Amino acid sequence: MSFLDYAPAPESTSILHLKKSYGLFIDGQFVKGHGSPFLTISPSTEERIAEIANANAKDVDTAVAAARRAYDRTWSKLSGADRGKYLFRIARLVQERARELAVAESLDNGKPIKESRDVDVPLVAAWFFYYAGWADKLDYAGLGPNPRALGVAAQVIPWNFPLLMLAWKIAPALAAGNTVVLKPAETTPLTALLFAEILQQADLPAGVVNIITGAGDTGEALVNHPDVNKVAFTGSTAVGRAIAKSVAGTGKKVTLELGGKAANIVFDDAPIDQAVEGIVNGIFFNQGHVCCAGSRLLVQESIHDEVIDRLKTRMSTLRLGDPLDKNTDIGAINSKEQLERIRELSDIGEAEGAERWSAPCEIPAKGFWFAPTIFTNVSTSSRIAREEIFGPVLSVLTFRTPAEAIAKANNTPYGLSAGIWSDKGSKILAVADQLRAGVIWANTFNRFDPASPFGGYKESGYGREGGRHGLAAYLEGGSW
Amino acid sequence: MNSSGPSALAPAHRAIELIGSDLTEKSLRLHLEGLSGVDAVGLEQRAASLGTRSIKTTSKAWALDTIIRLIDLTTLEGADTPGKVRSLVAKALTPDPQDASTPRVAAVCVYGDMVPSAVEALGSAHGDPDAGGISVAAVATAFPSGRASLAVKLADTADAVAAGADEIDMVIDRGAFLAGNYGLVFDQIVAVKEACRRDDGSYAHLKVILETGELNTYDNVRKASWLSILAGGDFIKTSTGKVSPAATLPVTLLMLEVVRDWHRLTGERIGVKPAGGIRASKDAIKYLVTVAETVGEEWLVPHLFRFGASSLLNDVLLQRQKLSTGRYSGPDYVTVD
Amino acid sequence: MSRLAVPKTYKLYIGGKFPRSESGRTYEVVSTKGAFLANAALASRKDARDAVVAARGAFAGWSGATAYNRGQVLYRIAELLEGRRDQFIDEVVATEGASRPSATKQVDTAIDAWVWYAGWADKYVQAAGNGNPVSGPYFNLSTPEPTGVVAVVAPQSGGSLLGLVSVLAPVIVSGNTVVVIASESAPLSAITLSEVLATSDVPGGVVNVLTGSPKEIAPWLAGHADVNALDLAGAEALDWVDLQISAADTLKRVLPPVVGIPSPSLDRIVAFTETKTVWHTKSLI
Repeated sequence: MSFLDYAPAPESTSILHLKKSYGLFIDGQFVKGHGSPFLTISPSTEERIAEIANANAKDVDTAVAAARRAYDRTWSKLSGADRGKYLFRIARLVQERARELAVAESLDNGKPIKESRDVDVPLVAAWFFYYAGWADKLDYAGLGPNPRALGVAAQVIPWNFPLLMLAWKIAPALAAGNTVVLKPAETTPLTALLFAEILQQADLPAGVVNIITGAGDTGEALVNHPDVNKVAFTGSTAVGRAIAKSVAGTGKKVTLELGGKAANIVFDDAPIDQAVEGIVNGIFFNQGHVCCAGSRLLVQESIHDEVIDRLKTRMSTLRLGDPLDKNTDIGAINSKEQLERIRELSDIGEAEGAERWSAPCEIPAKGFWFAPTIFTNVSTSSRIAREEIFGPVLSVLTFRTPAEAIAKANNTPYGLSAGIWSDKGSKILAVADQLRAGVIWANTFNRFDPASPFGGYKESGYGREGGRHGLAAYLEGGSW
Repeated sequence: MNSSGPSALAPAHRAIELIGSDLTEKSLRLHLEGLSGVDAVGLEQRAASLGTRSIKTTSKAWALDTIIRLIDLTTLEGADTPGKVRSLVAKALTPDPQDASTPRVAAVCVYGDMVPSAVEALGSAHGDPDAGGISVAAVATAFPSGRASLAVKLADTADAVAAGADEIDMVIDRGAFLAGNYGLVFDQIVAVKEACRRDDGSYAHLKVILETGELNTYDNVRKASWLSILAGGDFIKTSTGKVSPAATLPVTLLMLEVVRDWHRLTGERIGVKPAGGIRASKDAIKYLVTVAETVGEEWLVPHLFRFGASSLLNDVLLQRQKLSTGRYSGPDYVTVD
Repeated sequence: MSRLAVPKTYKLYIGGKFPRSESGRTYEVVSTKGAFLANAALASRKDARDAVVAARGAFAGWSGATAYNRGQVLYRIAELLEGRRDQFIDEVVATEGASRPSATKQVDTAIDAWVWYAGWADKYVQAAGNGNPVSGPYFNLSTPEPTGVVAVVAPQSGGSLLGLVSVLAPVIVSGNTVVVIASESAPLSAITLSEVLATSDVPGGVVNVLTGSPKEIAPWLAGHADVNALDLAGAEALDWVDLQISAADTLKRVLPPVVGIPSPSLDRIVAFTETKTVWHTKSLI
């Protein structure tokens, strides 16, 4: 036998007690939706998980009204300390139910259990803990004494980190004193609905958080609802642009976390083994379904061949398969549509003359899968060097000098994140200064923390999530 | 700091191949300084992530047997006696008297003066572990501190080889290394290697102990690993077991990366031996995973990978009993040697 | 015998130079009583385009200057404004029909606001930045830095110099460069301010001043892909929602119109900055 074909080590799904169908969570209760329900499936097996209610415009009205009522009558009258206590409760409940949430997330999203278990869910708890402590300290947020909440926040989140994005949105909103209507992505509603059960266990006052499920039109109705005061969206730049247009002139405060095409810059003096790990983590973490993924590798020409050689060797040890297997490194692509987009852009990359290489791995018969892939000989004008693929596909470009690396890294309408690999501290700090991106990782990549502001420059959106800045996004005053 | 003068170093063939025939303190230093740096945070994270692999059922059974096959069963006490060594050898030959399918360990590892006792106790079982035998490894060169003259170190080595040791676990001069006297460290390894030479022209295998806990930084570990290989080491070994920290997963990962790079460069395979502090099967399995995913599972053979350990064996036996019986075992069901 | 005055030709200020509009157009600036004061340049979309190019070109140098240096350069402008105090008062009186005391008050307030903003150059980063205690072995620091090229519609009434200073200073103090559309009816002090800037140490292209019709030029700036942010302070009378919609095409940061003249605030500085968070590993070994 080959030791590296580790025997299956699946996480048990017996910890889950799912319902056959889920309603909308409005005013503290699960209620029926008025749109046609839809199914959420497991992208690794294409099997049905549950039926999900679909919120139409009327349901959006009901949810916003519930949030408004809760804001006026309950939440805005609570002390910051009490709001904080609710958030602490939620954080603890998330920890208590961590394994269950991780399993549900991997089932519904397709991400490896080791990521949902070790990254997503622990960060969810951390986010609530962090913002819980802010709730009674708003005077210290840098916005002057006694800053006011905005009111009702409309929040629309993506499918790549379903529960984590929920935490990024809900925790600061509640800490600042807002109430919330949140819409999870159509393909990944499950953990948000389990989270609604957690809110019931926490005895959060009815209407403070409302979770409505549905597709794009539900999100649109929510964002454009005249009685919301804040819009927070994470997703594609195209939708972000549409939201920015639709809220123009309304005075709604807006936070947009949009797309990216991050440069991961590897200098010839980089700690090479860690850089290779960082490249892998940068683009293959969460199947590359990461807005801040290091999807453009900029490697110094003098070490290009060596880096690519090492990278291919490393990629050959990546294990693709059952997201619930504890040894899986690469899970399923979240949806058929996304898989098709990745395939299409990869084919274009090949047609444009780039050299394609995929790690040898067996693709399961059912489900949506894409082998970790790199493109070398990519020209800067190639679509795979410019467009966000949002999949496990890396485009490799070269540079000769730090100035060229900076120029190429900045040559994009996006500006969310970037990576720098070098053993020379002064060079790292100087390059970091010059990069037009909101998050710079030096000798690391894809790190997140509730205390650390996250968000982009240029077409990657505006506003910050995390830290004091993320709190200010839900308070009056301040800039965003 | 030593002066980086043109003083010629011992002409070890690997170093000459790689650095050139004008091998000097200076050329060696330049070579080592050209090695890539190590980012400690990234290294430790990679090691931690390898440590989360979940090894179950058939893979676990294979892993437990493999661990046993790779153990240098060790006793390195001032109180060692021939009787203690005989008992160690008995355990090496028959790790689990209740289960004849239990494999044997790779080697017994003892002080030089105990080599004759080990050889005698092993009898016909004494031989190459890759061919089913059990080797005798001896620590030498004024182990563990290495603080003795070169002449004493060489005599220590030659003595052990003459007594029948198949493998010599030498220590590098950490003081010289930390003072930047790379040439001195290098020359000593070359000399000890020569002292490993037997009358028939063959050599006892040389394991070079870096004592990574004293080298302190990962950059030093990478330099010392590379230096030891250049000077002729067959194995690079983390620790004496007498200094804390001894073997750690990140340090072992780093040393595996060095031997992987050496193989990439020269096609030659060098062994790695983490030693000291590995007591639980669970931890040992993490090392197997790290080996398999860094250099490939072809490294999981006795001439390329060893565990320097004593109490680890009993824990593996307990786990093995659990796998075969389905019940958890207890310390009374394995032998105390 | 009274001396015959030498009138000034009021032109645009782009890239540190004073060109006429490439369109060749001018418009009459008159006093509140309708008397002719000057022919101001009527900027075109191409002038706006040239101004954006100049602003982009100046961004690296200005944003790369040390904060101390930017603060000194801005303070120097206040000194020069003070030197031209009487000229500004005369222009305000002439174009706005203000009383002399009220014009004096406006000019003095403008100079003082400029001094206030100049002092922020090396402080706003401290007020808006953060060291972040992340749970892991990382150095993690968030600092605001300038957004880039900012297009501004200056307040159109209520004080032409003070209005301009109140939107200009907070944008450039952090290192942004700017294309500003001056008050359409009272553009003279804007050009005089440009003369001050041209003789100060502010590099050419950092501030670009267009006179003419905000209604005509603002849409070109709002839609320009190389403009990073849009301050609609004086756009209340325009179809400013359309401008905001147009700006959304490239996700520009947009500040909505304000009533009157914005008072000095740190928020106006921070509104045109981007928070950058840098992570770096840290380890003893």
